[in-house]
Amino acid sequence: MSSVLAFAAVLLALAYGAAALRAVLSPEGAGAARPWREAARPLREVARLLTQRRRRTPLPDTTLMRAGIVTLPVVAALAGVVVPLGGEPVADLGVGVVWFNAMEVCGWAALWLTGWGANSVYPLVGGYRFLAQGIAYELPHMFALMAPALGAGSLRVGEIVAAQERVWFAVTMPVAFAVYLVSALAMAFWGPLGQPLGADVAGGVPAELSGPDRLVFLAGRYLLLTVAAAMAVPLFLGGGAGPLLPAWAWSPVKTAAVLALLVWARGRLPVVRVDRFLAFGWLALIPLALLQLLGVSVMVVAGG
Amino acid sequence: MGLEAYLLLAAALFAVGLYGALSQQSVVMLMMGLELMINGLLAAGAAFWYFLAPGTADGQVLLLVVITVMALEMAMGFAVVTAIFRARDVDTTDDAGDLKG
Amino acid sequence: MAEAVAFWALAVAAVAGGVAVFVVDSMARATFALLASFLCVGLALLLIDLAYLGVLVVLMMVMEMMIMAVFMIMYMMNPAGFMPMTMVHNHRGALAISGAVFALLVAGIFLTPWPARRGVPAADPTRDLGMSIMGPKMLVMMVVGLAILATIVSAVVLAADRGRYDRYGDRPRGR
Repeated sequence: MSSVLAFAAVLLALAYGAAALRAVLSPEGAGAARPWREAARPLREVARLLTQRRRRTPLPDTTLMRAGIVTLPVVAALAGVVVPLGGEPVADLGVGVVWFNAMEVCGWAALWLTGWGANSVYPLVGGYRFLAQGIAYELPHMFALMAPALGAGSLRVGEIVAAQERVWFAVTMPVAFAVYLVSALAMAFWGPLGQPLGADVAGGVPAELSGPDRLVFLAGRYLLLTVAAAMAVPLFLGGGAGPLLPAWAWSPVKTAAVLALLVWARGRLPVVRVDRFLAFGWLALIPLALLQLLGVSVMVVAGG
Repeated sequence: MGLEAYLLLAAALFAVGLYGALSQQSVVMLMMGLELMINGLLAAGAAFWYFLAPGTADGQVLLLVVITVMALEMAMGFAVVTAIFRARDVDTTDDAGDLKG
Repeated sequence: MAEAVAFWALAVAAVAGGVAVFVVDSMARATFALLASFLCVGLALLLIDLAYLGVLVVLMMVMEMMIMAVFMIMYMMNPAGFMPMTMVHNHRGALAISGAVFALLVAGIFLTPWPARRGVPAADPTRDLGMSIMGPKMLVMMVVGLAILATIVSAVVLAADRGRYDRYGDRPRGR
């Protein structure tokens, strides 16, 4: 029970931190007289959305839309249960890596359902864009997840952490780490891979969402981004290992660093069109990830 | 809860899928029926492994093959539908009767 | 006890999802009813020690159904189900045949003298599966891999409308 509470507290704190950092780094925040005071803007946004009156589109499929909206934060939390975020993970499953992957894929359904339900063209376009993006990022993502599992000889997240006692997997398999970071951006449709929510389609998937619906959707996106960043820590950055601080403190610190990098990338990198990313994913990321897997396999065979 | 319970679930899924595969005119809906039938096979295969021969992994390997077949069936099915729709603007089985060999 | 309750709840939900596929008018809802049915079976696998295969079913089926949704909505008229419609042939015959098959299967399930259980599940069935497909059952994996490759190639050949001599725009290399 205490591990559930610790997990929820750390996850929410980190997700809020990401939202606050984004508010500070966003064009409006950076242009403000005192940018750091923008860190409270997500709170004001929450209050605004909670009191906002819902807007309705004609003939929406409300059941499916609500199902999609709620799925997003729920799968983010479920994907996070295998991540040792605040000390112990909530459940250190024997198939932890596959579990993370399966939960994160449910985001496809969440986005498409949200886009479909509003019965409006721009959200639908956004939903279809995310499906195409999913096909582009999912295979490189799977291969990137496979590399640490192969290196540790286990699908259990705890054993992957234990296998990095001497040297972090980010050092021995840098390509997989890079591919993982790209796919983390893609799965949270964030920054350069945020075209499903692109400005060219009036905000895409959540364009017609308002009030609490919008709040849950956007919060779910931050949670997904946070969980994606958190998973990079046990997979590639040695989990809770580190000098001075205890293990339960190192995990959130490292997660915050990865998360800050991802949030920073949003304002620094241009948005990539989905069809270009599809070509890049299949022609560059998949071969690179496969070569990395070959390298890891050779390393495993030679080392043991 | 034992072998019979899982097999009952499998039989029910198989029968519902069979109804869909036999009755639906649209090829797309027909394929959903086929998927449901394979879903039943998945439940049955898992039950056979666990309740009859859990000592070896043979049953699990079979399930892996079933899952793959499911995905391949869908990919090929939609490729055929796409091809025939492009050629003749047809997406129901009744209009594609000449495909039978 | 808790396991039995979970199993029957999942079983009823799986069959209900399967029935809903052919009852609802909206193609989007039909797709997700089918997905719900798959997810219930995947979770039921978790109850009998098949952690890896259960999670794999969830993973594969979510992806597969999302791709399927694209095609469902592409090929069905009235995909959102605003107007009720039925597109069935031989409705009675299909009902009778599937009912008879179900009865036959149920009879078989309860009349067959099932053999006694041989062996017990390994401590980690996932590891067992991995050692098996990378060892004695490797031929199965190789055939599956080849089948997947053949399907990718042939599905693209069948479905693509552009051949190797078609191109975008006027430039000779514009593909």
